[in-house]
Amino acid sequence: MKRKHQRLILGLVALVAIGGASGLALSALQDQAAFFYTPGDVATKKPPAGRAVRLGGMVETGSLKRLSDGVTISFVVADKDAKVPVRFTGVAPDLFKEGSGVVAEGKFTSDGGFVADNLLAKHDERYMPPEIADKMPSPDTLVK
Amino acid sequence: MIAEAGLAALWFAAAMALMQLAMAALGLRLKQDQLVEAVRPVAIVQGALAALSFGLLILLFLRSDMSVLLVAQNSHSAKPWLYKFAGAWGNHEGSMLLWVTVLALAGAAIALLEKKLDRATLTATLGAQAFIALGFYAFLLIASSPFTRLDPPALDGMGLNPLLQDPGLAFHPPTLYFGYVGLSIAFSFAVGAMLTGEVGAAFARAMRPWVLGAWVFLTIGITAGSYWAYYELGWGGWWFWDPVENASLMPWLAATALLHSVNVLAARDGLRAWTLMLAVVAFSMSMVGTFLVRSGILTSVHAFAVDPTRGSFILVLLALYIGGALALYGLRVGRVKAGQGFDLLSREGGLVLNNLLLSVILGIVLIGTLYPIVAQAMGEQLSVGPPFFNKAAGPIALALVAAMAAGPLLNWRRDHLNPLLAKLTVPATLAVLVMAGTFAAAPDAGWMEIVGLGLAAGLAVASFAPLWKRKLRRVPLFTWGMMIAHFGVAVSVAGMAADSAFTSERLVAARYGQPYYVGPWRVVLNGVAPVIGDNWSAVEGRVTASRGPVDGPMLLLRPQRRYYSSPPTDTAEASISTRIDGQLYAVLGQQDAQGRWQLRLWWKPFVTLIWFGGGLVALGGALSLLGRVKRERRNARRREEAEW
Repeated sequence: MKRKHQRLILGLVALVAIGGASGLALSALQDQAAFFYTPGDVATKKPPAGRAVRLGGMVETGSLKRLSDGVTISFVVADKDAKVPVRFTGVAPDLFKEGSGVVAEGKFTSDGGFVADNLLAKHDERYMPPEIADKMPSPDTLVK
Repeated sequence: MIAEAGLAALWFAAAMALMQLAMAALGLRLKQDQLVEAVRPVAIVQGALAALSFGLLILLFLRSDMSVLLVAQNSHSAKPWLYKFAGAWGNHEGSMLLWVTVLALAGAAIALLEKKLDRATLTATLGAQAFIALGFYAFLLIASSPFTRLDPPALDGMGLNPLLQDPGLAFHPPTLYFGYVGLSIAFSFAVGAMLTGEVGAAFARAMRPWVLGAWVFLTIGITAGSYWAYYELGWGGWWFWDPVENASLMPWLAATALLHSVNVLAARDGLRAWTLMLAVVAFSMSMVGTFLVRSGILTSVHAFAVDPTRGSFILVLLALYIGGALALYGLRVGRVKAGQGFDLLSREGGLVLNNLLLSVILGIVLIGTLYPIVAQAMGEQLSVGPPFFNKAAGPIALALVAAMAAGPLLNWRRDHLNPLLAKLTVPATLAVLVMAGTFAAAPDAGWMEIVGLGLAAGLAVASFAPLWKRKLRRVPLFTWGMMIAHFGVAVSVAGMAADSAFTSERLVAARYGQPYYVGPWRVVLNGVAPVIGDNWSAVEGRVTASRGPVDGPMLLLRPQRRYYSSPPTDTAEASISTRIDGQLYAVLGQQDAQGRWQLRLWWKPFVTLIWFGGGLVALGGALSLLGRVKRERRNARRREEAEW
């Protein structure tokens, strides 16, 4: 085989691979990317029920309750615009507590609530999700 | 005084880097041999000064000097000494200082040890190295000095985040940084070679050990990081596709591609331009990683700082380095002569396929990681999660596993299809059998898990096929290294597929004495007791587990809920029992009003193979490095003897 032909074939193979991968990536992005909502977003653009999304905000103080089955909790995720009730079955992460930031992964239900199958809280106690940082008063910092 | 001395050392180190860059540039341009000669000692002094500065920062942490802002924010006088020590880099400023220290020490090591490169390329390399370091010095000295004083001093300090108080994690960042910085050396080599135009087998042989070393450290770092997340975060998973995890995975993917293409360049003098490109990309990926982790631009469970000034500073550095290198590549690559040609069906062809697949995976991870930032810039909030990465990267990773089985069986330059197929008969048959067996045993497992298990079995056998009809004692060490690394990948893939196909999970509100079942296990919470540690107190569940007959042997698991007072934090310490065929994993949650405890249980068959495989991959890399270095030494000695 001539060198030129070989380059051509190699180029074509690369194109096919990249094309295929982009196709895979795009289709995966389309139906799998978890879209991010803040409670304020929920009030303005109603997210479709039953679709995997992420909800980020602060856990409202005084809203955390434990249900009678012993493994489910309910709480309210809020930002300055709106509130969303959330239910989660499982062991909440260590840094999950009232008054701190949380990102809940799960689905909206038809009644406007949210069922989370995963909660993300951050390692750092000074943490606030960047997505909502600009919507909240700044958290207390330490030694100044 | 220690803090001021540290700051002074840092300024002097920066000045040395500036001098190193200027001397290398002028010396090469004006062809001044004396200037060129002096670059090496300057690089060594720069390394020593940076190390001194970092050493002084560690000393401040060990002495709990609360008059230093960084110490007060990230340490506590009552902390175990190991975490005071690790606290020096368990924060933004300290980790950046560690970064530049490793970089400067690596530059010093090149100046001391590198004998294969021609002098012009070496000088250009040291110049490029100084240029990279300068950006980081500027970043530290202008935007985030680790030695800032706090007046009045704090009493005890804020403490180190308890999740970081783990021996494994204490040494995790340095391991990754050795990897990142090793890639910066490959990058500097490439820049040096592009400036002087000397790209050939000798250049590849000089670059290869650094790439191999960086790759081994990255492999260890990623494997250890994955195991840390698995046992410390208590969520029972081993990979999260978190941006920070991706930040270490992307340079690893690029380094893996580079490692293979540099072999083609060293052995057959092919893929010249492509190898240079990969060296640029690999380092760019470690810079992108640093940027993602340090800028706080993404929601991540790991990111340290949410500080836009620092983010933009690193972004500017990033643009400067990557943009500069790509521009240089564009200008200079035409001067690099084409290397040797080869047939598509050949070892070179196999390595090109490997590079192609790795690049595609890298592209997918990069898109998935950066897409949310781009979307945010366009006014849309979204995040990309594990389903995307698994769906998009999974199939290509499986294709790569298949290619790995065939690649090493090919001859250099030209090969034929029939002998290759003959050699692949046994592995392919085994793969199909395992797929069929898995499907029969667990029809509910996803296709990726079934195919993954089959391919893993095939690759495990094919890894050692290069031994076929060879005398074992005459197989060189680096070939053993390659086979072990490939076998390690097979082991790891088997672990991943088994974990995702066969894991059983159970979440209960447990009453004392009542049995619960997970997988083949019968688990009982017998009681909960208080325990106390160095700087924490805890409640500890006493959990027994048995399988088979009720009076069979018992395991004791002790999951804890810990409370740290500084900073005030609750953490769950998972208890994991490792059996030969998997791990039983227990996490204690909170107690409810009726006295029941949340207990989360997992039975994860063969999950340990994931990290065992990762360890084998790193071991293979290390053996390969050792073999190469040994051979180079021997060749150098022979050349010297021949000259006599």
